[in-house]
Amino acid sequence: MSKTHVTTSINASLHEFLCEPGDTLLDVLRNELQLTGTKEGCGTGDCGACSVTLNGRLVCACLVLAVEVEGMEVGTIEGIGQSDSLDVIQEKFLEHAALQCGICTPGLIVSTKALLDENPDPTEAEARYYLAGNLCRCTGYDKIIRAVMDAAATLGGAKEGV
Amino acid sequence: MVEQTIGKSVQRKEDLRFITGKGRYTDDINLPGQAYAVFVRSAVAHAKIKSIDSSEAESFPGVRAVLTGGQVADDGLGSLPCGWMLHSKDGSEMKQPPHPVMAADKVRYVGEPLAMVIAETRKIAKDAAELVAVDYEELPATAMVNQAQEGAQIHAEAPHNICYEWELGDQEATEAAIASAAHVTRYSLVNNRLIPNAMEPRAALADYNPGSDELTLYTTSQNPHLARLILTAFVQLAPEHKLRIIAPDVGGGFGSKIFVYSEETALAWAAKKLGMAIKWTAERSESFLADAHGRDHVTEAELALDGTGHFLALRVKTTANMGAYLSTFASAVPTYLYGTLLAGQYKTPNIYVEVDAVFTNTAPVDAYRGAGRPEATYVLERIVNLAAVELNIDPVELRRRNLIQPGDFPYQTPVALEYDTGDYEASLNKALERAGYADFSSRQEEARSRGKLRGIGVSCYIEACGLAPSRMAGSLGAGVGLWESGEVRVNPTGSVTVLTGTHSHGQGHETTFAQLVASKFGISVDDVEVVHGDTGKLDFGLGTYGSRSLAVGGSALSKAADKVIEKGYKIAAHLLETERDKIDFDDGEFRVRDSNQSKTFQEIAFAAYVPHDYPSEELEPGLSEKAFYDPVNFTYPAGTHICEVEIDPETGKVEVVRFTVVDDFGTIINPMIVEGQVHGGVAQGLGQALLENCVYDEAGQLQTGSYMDYAMPRADDLPAFSVDTTVTPCTHNPVGAKGCGEAGTIGSPPAVINAITQALGIRDISMPATPEKVWRALGAGRAHV
Ligand code: FES
Ligand code: FES
Repeated sequence: MSKTHVTTSINASLHEFLCEPGDTLLDVLRNELQLTGTKEGCGTGDCGACSVTLNGRLVCACLVLAVEVEGMEVGTIEGIGQSDSLDVIQEKFLEHAALQCGICTPGLIVSTKALLDENPDPTEAEARYYLAGNLCRCTGYDKIIRAVMDAAATLGGAKEGV
Repeated sequence: MVEQTIGKSVQRKEDLRFITGKGRYTDDINLPGQAYAVFVRSAVAHAKIKSIDSSEAESFPGVRAVLTGGQVADDGLGSLPCGWMLHSKDGSEMKQPPHPVMAADKVRYVGEPLAMVIAETRKIAKDAAELVAVDYEELPATAMVNQAQEGAQIHAEAPHNICYEWELGDQEATEAAIASAAHVTRYSLVNNRLIPNAMEPRAALADYNPGSDELTLYTTSQNPHLARLILTAFVQLAPEHKLRIIAPDVGGGFGSKIFVYSEETALAWAAKKLGMAIKWTAERSESFLADAHGRDHVTEAELALDGTGHFLALRVKTTANMGAYLSTFASAVPTYLYGTLLAGQYKTPNIYVEVDAVFTNTAPVDAYRGAGRPEATYVLERIVNLAAVELNIDPVELRRRNLIQPGDFPYQTPVALEYDTGDYEASLNKALERAGYADFSSRQEEARSRGKLRGIGVSCYIEACGLAPSRMAGSLGAGVGLWESGEVRVNPTGSVTVLTGTHSHGQGHETTFAQLVASKFGISVDDVEVVHGDTGKLDFGLGTYGSRSLAVGGSALSKAADKVIEKGYKIAAHLLETERDKIDFDDGEFRVRDSNQSKTFQEIAFAAYVPHDYPSEELEPGLSEKAFYDPVNFTYPAGTHICEVEIDPETGKVEVVRFTVVDDFGTIINPMIVEGQVHGGVAQGLGQALLENCVYDEAGQLQTGSYMDYAMPRADDLPAFSVDTTVTPCTHNPVGAKGCGEAGTIGSPPAVINAITQALGIRDISMPATPEKVWRALGAGRAHV
């Protein structure tokens, strides 16, 4: 089968790859580009483990065809913060132990970032609704919500200071 | 002096890699040149396999091989064993029909693997798997647990599909007590079947090195050593010293990754046979079809009480679904992890339980978080509640009248266990206070003014954890002793590598065990690295399940650390030219008593590895010790759950508005981690009570095979939890810990149903209490008014 050449920006750096028409963005991220931080929990858009942003919009990478990202901007967990440069959301996840096995965590952090970009000051109910697309089997969500609310408060505080 | 961290909420050491996307789970690992496997699974629940035609798949471009169950049999691979032998009432052994790695002659559940396609890419393997033509001669299916004994026979070895008929307790005394009791409460219930759904699907990567004949299997396992033992001693996949199993980061297990499954076994066999690396990752639909499921009991129970509301006797008769084959621990779950827990927190003098385990044409059923104990707690905490309603006694008061009191320990139950310690009323009282139980009626009034129905439900649970005293486990039929091992390696610079036979797949052992060992040595948690999950690194271990890791694995590490300290004393005595008995070890320093001479832990470590002047005849160099810990008893975590619900009568939707838990887990090392374990456990319990239900139709087709059909708890389904503890340290292990991993799942479902039935003013509602069921129950209630 002939492969398609795709040029895209991933975490603000230019990437090129070849893919088959049926390959999903998730396949390419994980298997071609070795960006394995994005996880597959279902492959059907139901669990959010594969959450990434596409031109700033939150999507399930398992539902996006790789050829669709030509010329777009993809954001993954690897672009959010590294161990020596953690994002506030990551710091709060760490502080509140908002994770256990960690498999859902990259997706949740990407989703939380999208939430706070859209709605910097969510109520707890809004946060729960927004993150309802991300399944976590380990935590019961309580500590995740604590981390999200704390991150929102911290970022809000930072904004006020500007 | 280094700050000590026992009892402190130290940040989890493992989390940095997870929050940055640097976790290394099985599917994240790739080997050069690896091929991909896809399984061909049975499309029908019960059939003879007349033929498998794989020729078209084999000639599909990119396909390396198609292997079938027939070839597995030809290669002489053994059957997947069940590790726990049960005996029926009549003394006969349970029926353990062969559990083939891949089906060869007959299929017995939808999703059973019968062939595998190995190809250059996953996509090719998947396409080619569609081309494998299986000719079935269909047989009638037996899918329902309550019809199993009359249904079509699934295994030649098991007439009426009965695996065993087990009993525990004094039948005669129990029946006599029931016959003469002032009051008997009767209850029939179904404990709904669940699908564990760890968010990481099972996966494996097998690599064979033809030069050395070594086989390496990366797999999503909670107990890699046990898997190696089973695959070598029983399945005879490879000699034990030629098989290395690595369970890297594992994305949740909840029991479902304890078991040795067909897929990783077939994968390792194929890798060796074909001399290549092969990878398999389950799709979520395969997890639904072929992960071992949980629960699935049908039960009748009777609770007898005297005229003053004291329990006289409990009789329980349960039919438990084993599915089509006996999975690794399946037989023990509805028996030794269920019947033995039926005393709960109460002084019920007579208990008798019978369990019929049956085969059905459904996926195997085995341990799922709580494993038997949630089922026992559900029976007991529902029937106690019903008795309270029938006798018009407050449910809390009725419980209080029957609680085992602190002065009663050690307490021998009529169902085999001896509880070592506890204070059940203390956790009950604390929970009632936290939950605002006394003011419930005002909240109920207020809700009523808004047209909403409120209810409050209590559940007092106990569990037996810390599997297991090996001798006791052996006498009950366990195939292996259930001790645990640990190794503490002090490196020359004084940092410490800790190896444990337990496995962490979310529990935070890398932190908790580091805290435990660091506190022993008076060093920083950052200087302790915990290693687990690799048979190439530690000799043996029994793994993680049954909330055993800290109580049993932690105790082994505690013993190993004590041995290190003991050796440290000797080294210090030599270096400080004094006697061992004149030295104290405290805060990371060996000090000569009544002098200012001392050596730090780091100095001792260094001296142990680079001895210039060392009495090598008496003292070996190095500072590394192993220890084994075999518990003398189970541990008995216990506590109280209180659920408050608000129901919208228009929609039947149940909202959990408050959920309060007070647990006694004994000594706690990291409260933040423990709290997380409780939250997660409660979430799974609320899932069972309100949302989750695995359904097969009569033909044995799974009706709930995706997240669109199987409702998982999501962030907007659950409340914030109110969690606290009381502490009575375990009396018989050096850590004092009892285990906390399953309690949430065990205590919560009856609290929810007790709350809903109270709100609705009805006797019972089956789990899951979906909006539709609640709405119908309201309709039925209204019709009767
Ligand atoms: S893997 Fe994409 S939503 Fe689950
Ligand atoms: S931390 Fe395990 S699924 Fe969320």
